[in-house]
Amino acid sequence: MSRQARLASAFFAAVLFAAPAPAQEARTQERAAMVAGIEAHVRLAPQAVKNGVIGPAVLQAMRTIPRHEFVPETVRPHAYEDRPLPIGYGQTISQPFIVALMTDLLDVAPGDKVLEIGTGSGYQAAVLSSLAERVYSIEIMLELGNRAGEVLRRLGFANVETKIADGYYGWPAKGPLDAIVVTAAASHIPPPLLEQLKPGGRMVIPIGGPFSAQQLMLVEKKSSGGITTRQLLPVQFVPFTGGTGQR
Amino acid sequence: MSRATLAAVAIVSAAILAYQVLLMRLFSIVSWHHFAYMIISIALLGFGASGTTLALAQRKLLPHFRAVFAASAALFAVMAIASFAAAIRLPFNPLAIVWDARQLFWLTLIYALLVLPFFFGGGAIGLAFSRYRQEISRLYAFDLVGAGIGALGVVGVLFLLSPTATLRVISALGLLAAALVLLPDVVRRRFRLAATGLCLAAVVVLWLPSSLISLHRHVSEYKGLAMALRVPGAHIIEERSSPLGLISVVESPTIPFRHAPGLSLNNTVEPPLQLGVFTDAEAISTITRFEGDLKRLSYLDFTTSALPYHLLGNPTVLILGASGGEQVLLALYHGARQIDAVELNPQVLNLVVGKYADFAGGIYGRPEVELHIGEARSFVKRTDDRYHLIQIPLLYSFGATAAGTQSLHENYTYTVEAIGDYLNHLQPDGLLSITLWLKLPPRDMLKLVATAVEALTEHAITDPGARLALIRSWKTATLIVKNGVFTATEIAKLKDFATGRSFDLDYYPGIRAEEVDRYNILERPYFFEAAAALVGPHATEYIESYKFAIAPATDDRPYFYDFFKWHSLPELLSLRTQGAADMLDMGYLVLFATLIQAALLSLLLILAPLAIRRRRFGGTAPKARTSAYFVALGLAFLFIEIAYIQRFILFLGHPLYAVAVVLTSFLVFAGGGSGLAPRLDRALRTRHQERRLGALEVAVAGISGVAVLHFLGLPPLFAALIALPDSVKIIVSLALIAPLAFLMGMPFPLGIARIGRESPDLVPWAWCINGCASVIGAILATLLAIQFGFAVLVMMAITLYLTTPLTLRMNEPAQ
Repeated sequence: MSRQARLASAFFAAVLFAAPAPAQEARTQERAAMVAGIEAHVRLAPQAVKNGVIGPAVLQAMRTIPRHEFVPETVRPHAYEDRPLPIGYGQTISQPFIVALMTDLLDVAPGDKVLEIGTGSGYQAAVLSSLAERVYSIEIMLELGNRAGEVLRRLGFANVETKIADGYYGWPAKGPLDAIVVTAAASHIPPPLLEQLKPGGRMVIPIGGPFSAQQLMLVEKKSSGGITTRQLLPVQFVPFTGGTGQR
Repeated sequence: MSRATLAAVAIVSAAILAYQVLLMRLFSIVSWHHFAYMIISIALLGFGASGTTLALAQRKLLPHFRAVFAASAALFAVMAIASFAAAIRLPFNPLAIVWDARQLFWLTLIYALLVLPFFFGGGAIGLAFSRYRQEISRLYAFDLVGAGIGALGVVGVLFLLSPTATLRVISALGLLAAALVLLPDVVRRRFRLAATGLCLAAVVVLWLPSSLISLHRHVSEYKGLAMALRVPGAHIIEERSSPLGLISVVESPTIPFRHAPGLSLNNTVEPPLQLGVFTDAEAISTITRFEGDLKRLSYLDFTTSALPYHLLGNPTVLILGASGGEQVLLALYHGARQIDAVELNPQVLNLVVGKYADFAGGIYGRPEVELHIGEARSFVKRTDDRYHLIQIPLLYSFGATAAGTQSLHENYTYTVEAIGDYLNHLQPDGLLSITLWLKLPPRDMLKLVATAVEALTEHAITDPGARLALIRSWKTATLIVKNGVFTATEIAKLKDFATGRSFDLDYYPGIRAEEVDRYNILERPYFFEAAAALVGPHATEYIESYKFAIAPATDDRPYFYDFFKWHSLPELLSLRTQGAADMLDMGYLVLFATLIQAALLSLLLILAPLAIRRRRFGGTAPKARTSAYFVALGLAFLFIEIAYIQRFILFLGHPLYAVAVVLTSFLVFAGGGSGLAPRLDRALRTRHQERRLGALEVAVAGISGVAVLHFLGLPPLFAALIALPDSVKIIVSLALIAPLAFLMGMPFPLGIARIGRESPDLVPWAWCINGCASVIGAILATLLAIQFGFAVLVMMAITLYLTTPLTLRMNEPAQ
């Protein structure tokens, strides 16, 4: 399936299942406003993204996917605000700006296979599904994984495969992978995940507690197999005030 | 006044103080401690509110003293449980406060709930003060002694009972006090019935259904323990409670913990099975399964903490913060010949030595390992041994440090004097190794480098940069301080170690810019730039120009985790939803917000009675001076008390002992001073009538003298006596504090007695002012200590005390 076809299918699924027409239109406007907010946010912190802009395909996916479907009823009125929201079970759905940033950093191309550790709400997998050939997503918590899997199926994200399992070992049968996103907290990066990443592949890990706008860590596996990490702050705050601090 | 009434006052006072300490424990478990501080500080203003209410309604209430006192004490007992049970059921999420204004509503509701027990408890005592103002000194003495016993007693009880069981005991005490005050009138039938009913209620409280105040159900779902327990198959297998914390041991057989922070990306070995050990539902450490095969531990050699072992051969090691034993395993892996493991919390050690000794492979029972329970600095001060390596591992969970919750905590492990002590206990060419979480933008590691440089300079080292090395993984950083100059061979080994594990070199003597930021790349080489600046000639300018507070921590200002600078606040606040929320030191801000709230509420409580019943207070007493007197006393008492608690932590070896011993001795001996004050005042005034010299003047002069004497004499005295047994040190502490506390107990009852004679309506109002000032004093003391240090705090307290004779004298009618 081409990227356009997947975007279209996601869009139609959203239209069919989500809400009556006027509400739908309101949601479309909210999504457009959300994406405009992300773009404004990026202008304030251009250092966090390549070339200072988020890829148009990522923004288009976020303009299309019904984020409100992925959050509990109680927080739906806030679904398109640029902030993290609680989704139950001690988990949160990331701030839209962070989702955009993480997706952009993964640099997903058509035909790519992407693994997500920590399905959570399922929204990140949905955004990735619009850009990648296949998305594999692993969740450790049964209730959360089942709920996200059900939403993804209902909305027609057919190229997303989910399972309930221990993310430490990745999904060896689906490797090697072009990109991996680890949204579940870990004290260290599991070696099996690094093994399953293709040379030239990228891994993104948000660092920080729930409700914090996270730091992002980009892990790159070079073609030689060597690995580097890059810490990115989504905020433009330079701790030096100049003068002697710069020496 | 009957003995039963005096006893009832003492019991209510003990129960209130115990409740205050307990609430801090309870909220630290279900939430985070800095919000607990905020909630309790505001709730304490219930005292102020009760004073205000009494000032307005005492004429109606006083004729029914026994019934009203009993009702207040009983309502304290009921609300102590009910308010807490309701508060933990509210959907307050402090983590979301940056994003969600509704959280402020829930927070306000929690305040409103928790004000109630303090309102009723404070009301009972305030009523007794009004009713027996002629015997105020005796009453105040019982009040203080009761409070002292409550403060110490709750610590003892928490060793025996769980926090929720302790809550029931406190509630039962309130009911018993209510019954007790009715005893003198028990011949009256309805009082007899009420007293019996209250005694029965006290028994019932002890058997309340546990679900009402069960903590586990209400622990924030975002805390580490709650998250760990959601993993399939994970469950608590052991729980130990003490005033030091609630320890929960979690087994997760399906999906193991695999806790190994900052492990190198080059590591290929999966950590062995572990048990998660959570303190207050957060701060995970682990007990690792060890079956004698050292090869299974090879993953530990891929952490930054392993570096010093590659520079030393079979060292003698001191581990400060041994916890579940991970660092002991690392030392064993590297063939350390002697390991002294020091841990503050005996409960954690008991788990590893006792129930889980087999699981842990009996590591703490091995001949080369010796265990010590105690605080790191105290142990180092006591021991005469010198080590090849002193290892200080990660002390707190990442979550806690990231949220800035430690910023209010004094920490004597990372001060200039501490590093000096460690250096004194290193063999020639020995190494001090300190590992911290990697925080961006850099804060704590830079403060540590600045602190180490200062300590080396104080040791007359002219080139501190030749003795420092700093490496970094993607999540942790390790600073090495050498008791000597790094050799070329050591630098070559350091480079090999770092390169083989994809760790970055941030500093070593002679480092070049092109060597840094190779594996874990930052936006700019922050750590290299900072370390180079901090060992250079312009370190002071660098520290001043940095946007976070990274000046060296000292024993006088031991707030290592405080990075707050006011001039960075506007920028950080404007960026808070763009990622700067994590950079805000919430602890400091919460404290400041609490101060503002407390000040505004206090003003309202103090001014309200004046506004409403101006007529009634329109007598002879000038309000501003009366206020100034009681405000000064409230602030000064707390300033000294808090400074002394901090100062005695090092000597007594544990913050908990310091709080219990210092608080209790201040309250009990102040109670003694209060009891003696009127007699002393009468005697002095008779003898020195022409000079108008009273007990207040003598007390204030004495307080100033003793405080100055302590300021000069305590540091050398502590250094000389620190090796004594704990029990002797507690007696020494009591003896040192007794004269100061005794004198500090005098001014309040003298002032109350004075206004009781001149304007009786003002007694509860003065009680209200003093209560409010005490709450503000506690918050302000911490802020001032962070900003200026303890010495300045004590000097401020002395100045405040010196103003009191003036304000009281100006109140005196012309003779």
